[in-house]
Amino acid sequence: MTTRLTHLETLEAESIEILREVAASFERPVMMYSIGKDSSVLLHLARKAFYPSKIPFPLLHVDTTFKFREMIAFRERTAEDYGFDLIRHTNQDGVRDGINPFDHGSSRYTDIMKTAALRQALNAGKYDAAIGGARRDEEKSRAKERVFSHRNASHAWDPKNQRPELWRVFNTRLNPGESMRVFPISNWTELDVWTYIYSENIPIVPLYFAKPRPVVERSGTLIMVDDERLPLRSGETPRMETVRFRTLGCYPLTGAIRSTASDLPSIIMEMQASRTSEREGRLIDSDSAGSMEKKKQEGYF
Amino acid sequence: MSLSLATPNTDLDLWLAQQTEKSLLRFLTCGSVDDGKSTLIGRLLYDSQLVLDDQLASLRNESRNRMVGEEGIDFSLLVDGLTAEREQGITIDVAYRFFSTDKRKFIVADTPGHEQYTRNMATGASNADLALVLIDARKGVLTQTRRHSFILSLIGVKHVVLVVNKIDLVDYDQAGFDRIVTEYRAFAEPLGFKTLHAVPVSALRGDNILAKSAKMPWFSDTPLVPYLEAIEVTEDQAERPFRFPVQWVNRPNLDFRGFSGTVASGSIATGDEVLIASSRKPAVISRIVTMDGDIERAGDGQAVTLVLDREVDISRGDLLSRPGETPEYSNQFQARVIWMHEQPAFPGRSYLLKLGSQLVPATITDLKFRTNVNTLEQTAATKVDLNEVATVTIATDKPIAFDPYAKNGLTGGFILIDRLSNATLGAGTIEFGLRRAQNLTYQEFDVNRDVRARLKGQKPQIIWFTGLSGSGKSSIANLLEKRLTAEGKHCYILDGDNVRHGLNKDLGFTEAARIENIRRVAEVARLMADAGLIVLVSFISPFEKERRLAREIAGDIDFMEVYVDTPLEVCEARDPKGLYKRARAGEITNFTGIDSPFEPPSAPDMVLHGAAEELVSLADRLHGWLKL
Repeated sequence: MTTRLTHLETLEAESIEILREVAASFERPVMMYSIGKDSSVLLHLARKAFYPSKIPFPLLHVDTTFKFREMIAFRERTAEDYGFDLIRHTNQDGVRDGINPFDHGSSRYTDIMKTAALRQALNAGKYDAAIGGARRDEEKSRAKERVFSHRNASHAWDPKNQRPELWRVFNTRLNPGESMRVFPISNWTELDVWTYIYSENIPIVPLYFAKPRPVVERSGTLIMVDDERLPLRSGETPRMETVRFRTLGCYPLTGAIRSTASDLPSIIMEMQASRTSEREGRLIDSDSAGSMEKKKQEGYF
Repeated sequence: MSLSLATPNTDLDLWLAQQTEKSLLRFLTCGSVDDGKSTLIGRLLYDSQLVLDDQLASLRNESRNRMVGEEGIDFSLLVDGLTAEREQGITIDVAYRFFSTDKRKFIVADTPGHEQYTRNMATGASNADLALVLIDARKGVLTQTRRHSFILSLIGVKHVVLVVNKIDLVDYDQAGFDRIVTEYRAFAEPLGFKTLHAVPVSALRGDNILAKSAKMPWFSDTPLVPYLEAIEVTEDQAERPFRFPVQWVNRPNLDFRGFSGTVASGSIATGDEVLIASSRKPAVISRIVTMDGDIERAGDGQAVTLVLDREVDISRGDLLSRPGETPEYSNQFQARVIWMHEQPAFPGRSYLLKLGSQLVPATITDLKFRTNVNTLEQTAATKVDLNEVATVTIATDKPIAFDPYAKNGLTGGFILIDRLSNATLGAGTIEFGLRRAQNLTYQEFDVNRDVRARLKGQKPQIIWFTGLSGSGKSSIANLLEKRLTAEGKHCYILDGDNVRHGLNKDLGFTEAARIENIRRVAEVARLMADAGLIVLVSFISPFEKERRLAREIAGDIDFMEVYVDTPLEVCEARDPKGLYKRARAGEITNFTGIDSPFEPPSAPDMVLHGAAEELVSLADRLHGWLKL
């Protein structure tokens, strides 16, 4: 007789099954590594899925050149610790044209340095499957996405034409040029991710923990001055505040929250008491209703 | 592989321990359009305090000019996330939502009501333990209510809650509620649900959702959420036979060979003997490997890596079980399919079938009947259209291991995939195997053309291309063969040049030799078609009587004469083999079109104008016209 699996054990086993299905079904899979907490969970699950083998596909980080410095340091350390194959990709055209979120606006910058960069990297690697850490509870259009999400040759998602996905039988077949986006932690919630990190002792970027950091406040959002590239507006002086991040991305586009939660238990407690949703700190989601859906149709993760 | 937390020594540890102890209930909502499914889920999220401040603010903003309750919120906006859904005010696809109460965690699949999205509803049902069937109190049981309930039973959802919504719009009327429940119970009787609970609610106003509503003192049963928190839906999987589909062969180095997969049912311990379904060879489990260390026993739902005590041939798609409780292993079974594609299902078509990690070519060999999902009536049919349900027999190209779906959903549920577009066309549930490979006997039949044809899932026939040299006969035959082969058909091309190099290399080009040439080719074509093949013959065959002879030799085999009509000057301009040039120069005699006549067929089965259209579209048109 076996005992019944807990909620988290069930989610873990289902994610492992999805990761193995990718390895078994695709010629050239790749795992998106964004260095955030969801990516850290995904990496941990992938190590479990293939143990004692090494992860049988590379990890890909799309570097926009504006990531927090602590994220990049963590990325290098993690790649070394676990010995996975790490691919770093930056849109060099964007670098050449000096694309940045201050002069070109967040949406154009995101489009060039993130969405187009991702497309470049996927085309260059000829990857037929890209694994990502998106969850269905993050945003309304993501709630509708399949675990194995089919993309046409230009990486676009057609929400009205998704393949039916029954039981745990996944249709992994592709025609030439098409690709698949795969989301092993689709059914995890933010709380599930945090409790898993806590109980499995998974390393995460220190930016998630509160400590004094230099910030400026702009229309209610706290932006951390991570390097000298952030243009200060007149009358602005960075001040030290005890803050942390609920979500990580490009530092000029990621809002911090005032918090004293400096370890996992207090982060989880604070999150349970909090009354704002996780992606609120991301400045790209609130552009317009349906903006995430539109981005996905263009190939954004 | 336990996620139990360290000894609780803080409030948080206690709280986290409680979090992980919670059980999980997966349910779906279904019903008709506009019965308030999305509003109900929005209400559940709101009442379990999962709607956050920033979401509420934008929600209030978007709820202006919409139907709202006391909270001033249109709850359906919480769940209908696609732009098209907001524009049309409907749900197009399954949305997965998460909420939890103190007692339980929930994953909800919110499924569309519109008939054209029935397949999405089946998708949502396939991973659910329980279904909320919504009914508008003003409208009662509708076609879509019946359709969805039937699909629930097909997919094997055993627990149903009948949610009679908008009860506020009928003044909380008991008689109307009772009428609806009685009617639904009568309809659902044959569907085999284990539990059926009915609740009158107003999702908009929150009546009977979290607690009993004062407006309906006549309702003494359990309100919705307390019922969902309490219902026991898990069947003890450990009691069932052990099933382990091998997903991935784990070979980090020469010293380690493990088989990774998820236990689909039952449990296994080190030292236990297992049988491999495909080879029926035994082996003993020597290790159960996980990253957190080896474990002694693995049970239902656990993702592990098994190591065996001996070298046995196992690959992805194999199924491990215990001796004495093996799955069926056969290449024929009866199943119910729900069709999910605009392009209908036809008997004889070849598809790819995926069941667990097994992927094999398969054919619907027989369409037994179609079930009318509104009346449950069974009628004869020649095809299965979008959103229809039929009972069929399926033959796979090689045997696969399976269980009847009623015994095990993970080893008895499959999908069918289009061999060209790779779209998911339909889903099926196996009822029983039709031939048990473990006691194979030679059946009482003569192996004849019909048997061979059924085995190949096609109609043997001869397609005879006639036309000038260079008219495009061979190119069209080649394109057609490619397309047929991609569809899983078995074909063969007999080409003038190929046959003359072998079988007919003793023949020249006199009239007598030409007739003998055709006679031999026609006889070979007949033998090949008798073997079950679709034979494409690409021969100039310029004389009417030769072609008549070929048709006579074919006898009772379907014979299609296809005339590729391309003007001589076009063929000569193409001159793919340089023969026209040599004929004009007098190096070749008796060359058709130059110094030997071509007699156009008087009544061909089909004419293709080789100069007027692309070869691909000619081949496609011919394909569309063939009876396969």
